[in-house]
Amino acid sequence: MNPITEIAPQLLRGLQTTLTVLLASALFSYLMAFIGGLCRLSKNFLLRKFTGLYIEIFRGTSLIVQLFWLYYAIPILFDIDLASNWVIGVIAIGLNYGAYLSEVVRSSILSVAPGQSEAATALNMSSFQRMRFVIFPQAVRMMLPEFGNYTIQMLKGTALISLIGLRDIFYYGDIMRSTNLAHAPLIYAVVLIFYFILALPLIFFTRKAEEIAKKGVAS
Amino acid sequence: MTEPIVRYQDVHKSFGDINVLKGIDLDIFPAEKVAIIGPSGSGKTTIIRMLMTLEEPSSGDIIVDGTNLWKMKKNGTMVEANEKHLRSVRGDIGMVFQHFNLFPHMTILENCMTAPIHVKGEDKQEVEERSIQMLERVGLGDKIHNYPSQLSGGQKQRVAMARALVMRPKIMLFDEVTSALDPELVGEVLEVIRDIAENDDMAMVLVTHEMDFALDIADKVLFLDEGVIAEQGSATDVIEHSQNERLREFLSRFRG
Repeated sequence: MNPITEIAPQLLRGLQTTLTVLLASALFSYLMAFIGGLCRLSKNFLLRKFTGLYIEIFRGTSLIVQLFWLYYAIPILFDIDLASNWVIGVIAIGLNYGAYLSEVVRSSILSVAPGQSEAATALNMSSFQRMRFVIFPQAVRMMLPEFGNYTIQMLKGTALISLIGLRDIFYYGDIMRSTNLAHAPLIYAVVLIFYFILALPLIFFTRKAEEIAKKGVAS
Repeated sequence: MTEPIVRYQDVHKSFGDINVLKGIDLDIFPAEKVAIIGPSGSGKTTIIRMLMTLEEPSSGDIIVDGTNLWKMKKNGTMVEANEKHLRSVRGDIGMVFQHFNLFPHMTILENCMTAPIHVKGEDKQEVEERSIQMLERVGLGDKIHNYPSQLSGGQKQRVAMARALVMRPKIMLFDEVTSALDPELVGEVLEVIRDIAENDDMAMVLVTHEMDFALDIADKVLFLDEGVIAEQGSATDVIEHSQNERLREFLSRFRG
């Protein structure tokens, strides 16, 4: 079996699904991260506890079980059809990684030196202005490398969506393997290479982000 | 007689079980230069941090320009101040910190410009010109587009002073601004403070260990000891004529 002429074209059919799910769930998880991270730092007790609950549930249980819950369990329990499997895949991955990234956002904001906020207060900034002009821009620089790392993990996590019937790269690889059992090592090797190539720009971005983070905050 | 611009009335401050300040009464007049000296841990820094709203007094009042800083009137009774009230009262106060606290993600020009534009809503063009003038005044006109990490400690502290001055405060607080500097950089920072003291008419409060310098520029010197103002008066009064044993002992450590 030729990896270039026979396997790769098959896997390419799943490229679009892998990439669109990755892009959408990454954006969704970033949104959840900022909402979750800021809510965790809110003065409102209920908001803080409620967000904490979300984070611990989604960090503490496995992504594949969450995926199956959304796809198989909830429609039966509540007798509703949530959405297409593409949307459910995005929601599950986004909520799961959003929980991890919320903690990144929270801890980055907390790690900005207290003197920064004090200097901003001495310039008579409001608490919103302190966050907007002083704390947040520095926290974001610290978040970038972690966001890069989690996005790489998210790419690899998208392979799970084949289990709810989405036709991504892994799905086509698995189909080929099931009809050519003897070629399993070669087919899976090409699948691995596919994911690695997709991860390369993310790895590059993460490196860059680490440089930016180093430059931007140390005073 | 002019009214004081800041008045402390029986101000106490404790952190947990530790009483740092045990009843401070103090008047600061417009354009007055006040130096606060005293042993470490005597509460010097806490006095000015409460005025900058970085620390809330445990009891007592701080009156700024006739308005109670930490309390406000609501339905006829005095209640704890909210952020809006604090902002409206502290607008004329500026502060320079021991560790500079420049914003590392901004150029030094941006460090100076952000607050006047976004806090006071001033015209960007005008603020930029004023900021450049101020940075030239502190000797950093050639560094306006540099980032704080590219500057020495002394240069950072001069930027911090320019940043505070661009806000045109009526009261400037200096919290041990030379303590974190290498000895050879102290002079350039003191020079800028002297320039401000001689040419600007704002009130200044200096918490410092630079004894000779403080006594030289201050109109009034406070000796803080164990949470109370143990001695106050003009520099000559405090140095030459004080009968306070602990003050004499404290000064002798600096005089050798």
